[in-house]
Amino acid sequence: MHRFANPARFLRLASAILPWSSALSALLIAAGLYFALFHSPADYQQGETVRIMYVHVPSAWLAMACYSTMALSSAVALIWKHPLADLVAKAASPIGAAFTFLCLVSGSLWGRPMWGTWWAWDARLTSMLILFFLYLGHMALINAFDDPSRGAKAAAILALAGFVNIPIIKFSVDWWNTLHQPASVSKFGMPSIDPAMLLPLLLMALGFTCFFVTVLLIRVRTEIIASKLRAIRMTQIHAVPVAVPVAE
Amino acid sequence: MSDFAPNARFSGHGLACLRGERMVFASLDFALDAGGALLLLGPNGSGKSSLLRLLAGLLKPAAGRLAWNDQPVADDREAHSARVHYVGHHDAVKPVLTVWENLRFWAGLHSPAAGDALTAGALERFDLKRLAEVPGKLLSAGQKRRLNLARLLAAPAPVWLLDEPTVALDRASVKRLEADMARHRAEGGMVILSTHAEIDLPGAAELHLNRFTPAAPDMALLAGDGEDWL
Amino acid sequence: MSRLFGIIHRDLRLALRQGSDSVMVVTFFVLTVVLFPFGIGPEANILERVSSGVLWVTALLASMLSLDRLFQADYEDGSLELLALTPTPLELLVLGKVAAHWLTTGLPLMVAAPVLAVLLNMNADGFVTLLLTMLLGTPTLSLIGAMGAALVLGARRGGVLLSLLVLPLYIPVLIFGVGAIDAAVQGLPVHAHLLILGGMLLAALALTPWATAAALRQALE
Repeated sequence: MHRFANPARFLRLASAILPWSSALSALLIAAGLYFALFHSPADYQQGETVRIMYVHVPSAWLAMACYSTMALSSAVALIWKHPLADLVAKAASPIGAAFTFLCLVSGSLWGRPMWGTWWAWDARLTSMLILFFLYLGHMALINAFDDPSRGAKAAAILALAGFVNIPIIKFSVDWWNTLHQPASVSKFGMPSIDPAMLLPLLLMALGFTCFFVTVLLIRVRTEIIASKLRAIRMTQIHAVPVAVPVAE
Repeated sequence: MSDFAPNARFSGHGLACLRGERMVFASLDFALDAGGALLLLGPNGSGKSSLLRLLAGLLKPAAGRLAWNDQPVADDREAHSARVHYVGHHDAVKPVLTVWENLRFWAGLHSPAAGDALTAGALERFDLKRLAEVPGKLLSAGQKRRLNLARLLAAPAPVWLLDEPTVALDRASVKRLEADMARHRAEGGMVILSTHAEIDLPGAAELHLNRFTPAAPDMALLAGDGEDWL
Repeated sequence: MSRLFGIIHRDLRLALRQGSDSVMVVTFFVLTVVLFPFGIGPEANILERVSSGVLWVTALLASMLSLDRLFQADYEDGSLELLALTPTPLELLVLGKVAAHWLTTGLPLMVAAPVLAVLLNMNADGFVTLLLTMLLGTPTLSLIGAMGAALVLGARRGGVLLSLLVLPLYIPVLIFGVGAIDAAVQGLPVHAHLLILGGMLLAALALTPWATAAALRQALE
């Protein structure tokens, strides 16, 4: 069972890291929220709604970081056929989709007071929406096959193709957006940020990252156990019982 | 055709095959010299088809390596494809193309040197000549199988990998196939074949695949070292 | 090379004898475009304003229609295994199949587009650009689509899944295809758009056959 040699080591490592990463993410997010809600100034233009940024921006960062994680592990899976890499890619995509969704929803909530509408075809929001579709496609493809290893391989190729395409899509959407909208509307974000705003933003970003690592580890661990169970059941079905001599 | 060289040798060392998440066989060795034949035996699910697909290059071995004249096959996949004919469960006959068009396409794709003469000869040999202008959709299962087998002669290649080639064939066709295999081997070709039926393959080595099936794991594995997982 | 033309020839012959694929795609294109005036009203100036977008979005959907058959038939009857086992690089065979697909779908769409542009009251200045964007854009769609078609081989609900995978990747082609036509109609230079479309075609030509061939190989494992 050479295939499971590495996962066993991973499981031990995960058990060692998990308590720390979960505690750290709770701590960082709590501290970040405290500073974000009570110890940072309101924006002189946007007022209190600027505090949505402390959720919106880190989730956008994590949405992209998740895709990079997914693409990187897909490349490892395709090139070195490392059995863990497929599982990491599979575990990362729903987390990435969740962060992207959070980013879209918080962006929409922020857009209501800022632009007076729930949705504007802002370049960043539009790119995020497309990223969300890429995640959905990846998740759907993984689960579309009866043989899980087929789904993993197809999804790895898709993740890499998507990764190559993301800069092209981003460029196209930016170009399209400047063509169709006055530039002032798409100036969304912080050209010069107050240090008092930077601290909670960084705390939240770190907290989100720790949270991502925690959930990723839990999901990979679940996948390993599930695939171990499947492998044992498959071998049970097909293996020749050792006790019974085989007629020839 | 240097691949038909009398000292050619096709071998596999420590081959393992993983289907889905199941180890079908492991530590499998074989060696075949020019003119040799190998008969794959074993019950359903023992990996005969998987081994043939692995030898053809459709499947990558989970462990071990394939070699041609002691050169690893993985180094030059296209050269290996040129040496091999694979006849699987599907006949790859297009319903709207005629028998001639079907065979001519595959022959031309496999080796551009294969001309109309070889295609005509192959059709003749498999008793399909009078059907040459008939579209594939009108063929019976046995005729489709013969058309698939005719590829073997339409574009010569030294290694024939045949997965249950006698399915749907009548007795006369089986006899013809046996004669073709004998002639192919006399010319220095190799035949690797899986079958559940009786087939005459004189001097063929036998490979019993169930000997390479990994033993069933202990159920205790399911309960054991649970601490480590959780 | 002769092998590349061999597979194009065979696929075209199959398409001709089986018929209907090109006809279906063009019929879908025409019918869907004709629906728009019913949806948004027959005012000439509104139709003119949306014509480039409607034509491109519809062409994009139409070119996706026949994609799921691109490899499916060969996959089911065992031809794909034999194609993968020929001494020709699979990437080259993929290019041949995509070329045949474009000739049977992209090209008819291109021919039908100007007629529909007239129906949508498109400004005559945009016609040449419309044809040029279609010429550069539809092969890119076929190339990207082939990758999607190879990925969903053997999947459950492959057809629907294919659109989910492929449509987000089509967006850049759509943006620059429509952008070029709009620029032409406004009398602005279009060569930058066309160069970008051409660049995307070249990139797709260079990259997608590898991904498609890799997807096909794993589908056959």
